[in-house]
Amino acid sequence: MSDLADSPPAHIAVRNLTMAYGDFVVMRDLTFDIQRGEIFIIMGGSGCGKSTLLRHLIGLQAPATGKVYYDGVDFTDSDDGQRSDMLRKFGVMFQGGALWSSLTLEENVAFPLEEFTDLSAEDIKETVALKLALVGLRGFENFYPSEISGGMNKRASLARAMALDPEILFFDEPSAGLDPVSARRLDELILELRDSLGTTVVVVTHELASIFAIADRALYLDVATRTMGGLGDPKDLRGQTENENLRLFLNRGMAGLQLPTDPATGAPFAAPHARRAP
Amino acid sequence: MNSDSLTYDTEALTVTREGDALRLRLRGPWTLHGSCRPHLGAVRAELAAGGPLPRIMRFDVSAVTDYDSALISFLLNCHDLCVATKTQFDFESLPPGPRQLLSLATAVPHAEDVRPNEARQNPLAQLGTLAEELGRDALEILQFCGDCTVAVGRMLLGRARFRWSDVWLEIQHCGADALPIISLLAFLMGLILAYVGAVTLRPYGGLIFIANLVGLAMVREMGVMMTGVIMSGRTGASFAAQLGTMKVSEEISALRALGLSPIEYLVLPRMIALFVMFPLLTIYANFIGMFGGAMVAMTMGLSYAQFTHQLTGAVDLTNFSVGLIKSFFFGLIVAATGCLRGMQCGNSSAAVGIATTRAVVTGITCLVVADAVFAVIFNTLQM
Repeated sequence: MSDLADSPPAHIAVRNLTMAYGDFVVMRDLTFDIQRGEIFIIMGGSGCGKSTLLRHLIGLQAPATGKVYYDGVDFTDSDDGQRSDMLRKFGVMFQGGALWSSLTLEENVAFPLEEFTDLSAEDIKETVALKLALVGLRGFENFYPSEISGGMNKRASLARAMALDPEILFFDEPSAGLDPVSARRLDELILELRDSLGTTVVVVTHELASIFAIADRALYLDVATRTMGGLGDPKDLRGQTENENLRLFLNRGMAGLQLPTDPATGAPFAAPHARRAP
Repeated sequence: MNSDSLTYDTEALTVTREGDALRLRLRGPWTLHGSCRPHLGAVRAELAAGGPLPRIMRFDVSAVTDYDSALISFLLNCHDLCVATKTQFDFESLPPGPRQLLSLATAVPHAEDVRPNEARQNPLAQLGTLAEELGRDALEILQFCGDCTVAVGRMLLGRARFRWSDVWLEIQHCGADALPIISLLAFLMGLILAYVGAVTLRPYGGLIFIANLVGLAMVREMGVMMTGVIMSGRTGASFAAQLGTMKVSEEISALRALGLSPIEYLVLPRMIALFVMFPLLTIYANFIGMFGGAMVAMTMGLSYAQFTHQLTGAVDLTNFSVGLIKSFFFGLIVAATGCLRGMQCGNSSAAVGIATTRAVVTGITCLVVADAVFAVIFNTLQM
């Protein structure tokens, strides 16, 4: 643990993390800290390895090199017992919801409670009702995931992620597939969870609206250089970064991007008209 | 050919040389549904006709009455041709609509095809790749078998985490729900065996020995094998599809993120269910098959009592246990191959289909190989 100079240690510390699929390196040399109670965004273009980084943080994939520490404790090389203790402090909301399709919403949320607590059936039922109420899904206890909409699936997935009152909540593309109003409600929910419970929140997203609304700090993964392209408050990063890709990303490509132009007039294109005789 | 006169004329396209310019006159409707869509042949032929290459390619589209992607893709091909022959492409001779679309299409230069071309590998390299894949697959199978063994060990020690309700559900799916199809196929199998036996035995007046043939064949081989094939196609495939879909929808990741073992939660209940139900289904299939044989024998003039008397003399407990011992192993094989291929599934819906196919193929292959091994063992043991 000599490479962890911080004192006290950060809630999550990533050191020299290199992620690879076989010989193909996705990202190299990622080093950053996430503080307790922080809302930390992992952002970047499509296919840059955001979700892969999340899978590394929760131990679904092993790093090629480098380590992940939680509260200064080595997570990457932890033994089975240690690791499952650490995993119990995580809540994960997956991109598509990933509710267990053979269980009802109530059973989905109750599952972690039944496995990891000694609560009575009565208490579990009450806790589940509370968690479902928090995400606005009261009354849907006996529905199966296939019977409700995609947005409801994601919310139920959040209820399941919150079941064990985790210290850290991970979100993989939380607003993907949600309408603007639901996406905003989810952002507000994330803020409230952090403010009321002090939960550390790690969000993988490329939704600019969410990034600016909730982020304390953001990490930009640059697909061009295959490493970190910037780290800090996204509002600051937007203006002063030297990284061209990051500035384009945070400004929706509007700052200096060469859009295809009309070679005759040099003007950028309007939307092409539908069938029209020349 | 390379004179300044008109050289190519189709209904919709006219290619002419005007000094150092190549002029393409387009006429009529240029739509995907149009009957006549000229292609690049005329333009290419004009360029290849010899003489100095034109400096610029111009278009005259004043006579085009209607257009859609057909026109744009033709123009894009012309543009590619211009790039290849270093001819200037005169955008300004095009009306705004097609010009904008074409500029959009040519704004980003062609990406090189970066995918490694597998067809280009020489046979030796292909062999090497194949061997590597086989090696990896063998390692995964070994890993899976090891994981399963550990899970079973933990279950015997009472430390495995899984739900008994899942076991009961699987028992219903793979056991009770399979009874109709097992009944039908086992009955027909007994019937077929009896007819085949009759062909050989009738000339010798030994029709009564149909009972021996049907009885021994069913309890030693066909009962357990038929059950194996049905279970592999029905239950093994369903295991692979279920687990594969759970993998695609990240349900397995969700389990692992809680620190729970998918092997214990998903594979173990299925293995237990088949381990219990497979022998029971085999016994059931044996009796139905023998019943089918009896039906045929009765149509040939034997009485039911004669048949059963002969049968009980021929089939002893040793013969019966040959099939039964195999059935325990076959149950495990079907469950393990189905779950293995499901857990190996890739991350797309196509991969689920592949996983299902592989589960059935692997399952039936392993069953036949195991049956052959058992045949040798039982022969050595004189059972």
